[in-house]
Amino acid sequence: MSNVLVVAELADGKVRKSTHSAITFARQATSGGGSFTLLLLGAGAKAAAAEMAAFGAAKVLVGDDAALKDGVCERVAPSVAATAVAGNFDVVVMTASSFGKDVAPRVAAKLSAGYASDISSVKVDGGKLTYRRPVFAGNAYANCQITTKVQVVSVRQSEFAAAEPSGGASPVEDTAVTAADPAAAKIQYLGIDAAKSERPDLGEARVIVSGGRALKEKFADVLDPLANQLGAAIGASRAACDAGYAPAELQVGQTGRVVAPALYLAIGISGAIQHLAGMKGSKTIVAINKDPEAPIFQVADYGLVQDLFVAVPALVEELKSQS
Amino acid sequence: MKILVPLKRVADPDNANKVKVNAGKLVTTGLEWKPNPFDEYAVETALRLTENGTSPKARQGEVVVVTFGPKECDTTLRAMLGTGADRAIRVDTGDEAIDGDVVARALKALVEKEKPDLVLCGKQAVDGDSSQVPQQLAEYLGWPQATFAGSIKSEGDKALLVGREVDGGTIKLRVELPAVVSVDLRIVAPKSVQSVHTPATHAYPDGVRFAALMAIMAAKKKPLAEMKLADLTSDAALKIQYLDYELPPARKAGVKVKDVAELVSKLKTEAKVV
Repeated sequence: MSNVLVVAELADGKVRKSTHSAITFARQATSGGGSFTLLLLGAGAKAAAAEMAAFGAAKVLVGDDAALKDGVCERVAPSVAATAVAGNFDVVVMTASSFGKDVAPRVAAKLSAGYASDISSVKVDGGKLTYRRPVFAGNAYANCQITTKVQVVSVRQSEFAAAEPSGGASPVEDTAVTAADPAAAKIQYLGIDAAKSERPDLGEARVIVSGGRALKEKFADVLDPLANQLGAAIGASRAACDAGYAPAELQVGQTGRVVAPALYLAIGISGAIQHLAGMKGSKTIVAINKDPEAPIFQVADYGLVQDLFVAVPALVEELKSQS
Repeated sequence: MKILVPLKRVADPDNANKVKVNAGKLVTTGLEWKPNPFDEYAVETALRLTENGTSPKARQGEVVVVTFGPKECDTTLRAMLGTGADRAIRVDTGDEAIDGDVVARALKALVEKEKPDLVLCGKQAVDGDSSQVPQQLAEYLGWPQATFAGSIKSEGDKALLVGREVDGGTIKLRVELPAVVSVDLRIVAPKSVQSVHTPATHAYPDGVRFAALMAIMAAKKKPLAEMKLADLTSDAALKIQYLDYELPPARKAGVKVKDVAELVSKLKTEAKVV
C-alpha cells in the first residue's frame, strides 16, 4: 500500500497537461491500496484546483502564493517536502518536464529519499514498487527499487498516458506555503524568453513534424505548411538547433524533449542515437531523407528516399488534395 | 574564481546501441570509456570563465576536476588537465559501489574542504540519464542551483547571469555565488559563456577545446590527488538498487515507399494516422 503525493506543474494559472501523466502513475502505484493527493503550488493555484477535483484524488491541496509563481526551485521544493512529511506520504511524484527534473532531486535530498528519474513504468508487487527506467539513450531498460522509506520519482510524459477525469469531487483544501530556502534570496528571476506558438506542445501533440540540419535557413518555410496541414507540433534535431535553424526548446532527443506521438515525421534527420532516444516510442514514424543509408530508416515504418525540398511541398499538396 | 567540476566517465555514447544484456546484467564490453559529454562541456565552461579567451593559457582563478571511480578513471582526469584544468582529484570507488546520492553527499564534503565559488556540472550523465547530482548537491550545501544552463555571463566573482533551457523557452536568472550550475548542450556555442576577462566581441570555436600534445605532456606534471570515499562521507548507503536490465523490444522493420502518393495512401489506409 502506498500513499502518493502528486506535485502538479502550473503555468499561467493552469495545471499543465504534463501533470496528468504523474496522475496516471499515482493511479497505478496505488492499485494495490492507498490513495493519492494532488498538490498545486503557485499563483492562481486555487482557481486551477476546481478542474483537478475530478481525478479521484483523496484531496487536492492548494498553496496559492504569488511568491511561487515563477516555479523557482528554492521556493517550491520546501513546500513540497513539508507537505510530504506532514501527510506521511510514501511516494512523491512529478512529471519529468524541465520543471520536474529541476525540483524533484532537490525535494529528494530534503527528504533523504532515494530518487528514480524519468521512469517509463511502475510495477506493484506485494506493496513494493519496482520502477523501469530507460538508460543508455533508451538502448536498455533498468529495473530498480528505492531503498529509503520515502521515495521520489519523476515519470516520462510520453510513457504514461495522460489521465482522464474519473468523476467525483475530491475535497479541495488550502495548505500552508513553507518558507523558501535561504538560498532563494540568492536567486533573482529575471523572466522567460518564450516563443509564442499556436501549435500544440511537443509533449501533447498527436502529430510531430521534425526537421534536421538539411533544412538550413528554410526550416520554417518548408515545415510550417506541413505542420499547419497536419495540426502538428514542430520538433528539431540537435544539429538543427545548434546551427540556429530552430530554437533550442524544439529539440527532440535523449537530452531534449522525449516524445511519442501517433505520427512522427522526420524530415532531413539522419537519426543519431541521441535523436532516436527521443522519438522511437512514436507509434508511426515516417522518414524523408535523400540518403538511403541514413540510420533514421532503421526505425521508420515508412521511408521515402527523396530530396526533402521536393518531397515536403508535394506531401502538403497530396494531403490537401485528399482532405 | 575557483571552480570545481565533477566528471564521470561513460561507455561511448555514440555506440550506446551496442550495449548488451546478459542474464539481466548490462554488458558494455567493447565500448570505449569516454568522458560524459555534458561534463566535458562543464570543464570547457569553467575554462572560459577563468581566462581571457584571446590568450587562454593564463588561468584567472583555478579549475579543479573530480571524479569517482577506479584507477582507470585517472585517464579521464588527465585528459581534462590537458585541456587546461589545474588540478584533479579521484575519489577511489568501484563503479557499482555508488549512486548519484552518495556522490552528492561526498561532493558536499569536498566542496566544504575546497571552498570553490562555483560547482559546474553536466546536466546529466548520458549512461544513467538521471540528472540528479547537481540539484541534490545544491540542497545538501544550502546553495542556489541553476540547472540546464545554455548561457552564462559572469558578473565577476559575485554573481552569474544564467539562461536556463526549459521546455517552454529560456529562463533568465541572476544567481549569487557560491552556487551549483548544471550545463546544457548550447553552453559550448561560440558566445554562450561571457567572462569578465574576455572581450565581449570574442567568439570561441564551437564545441570543446582539444589538448595540444605539449599540453598533454605538461598535464602529467599537474597534481592528481587520490581520496577514499570514506574520507568524504561515512554514509555510503545506496538509496537506489538496480535489480536487472533488459533490452527494449525491437521495432519491426519498415518499408520504403516510392513516392509521396504512396506514403499518404499508407498513412491513411494502413497506419490510419492522417
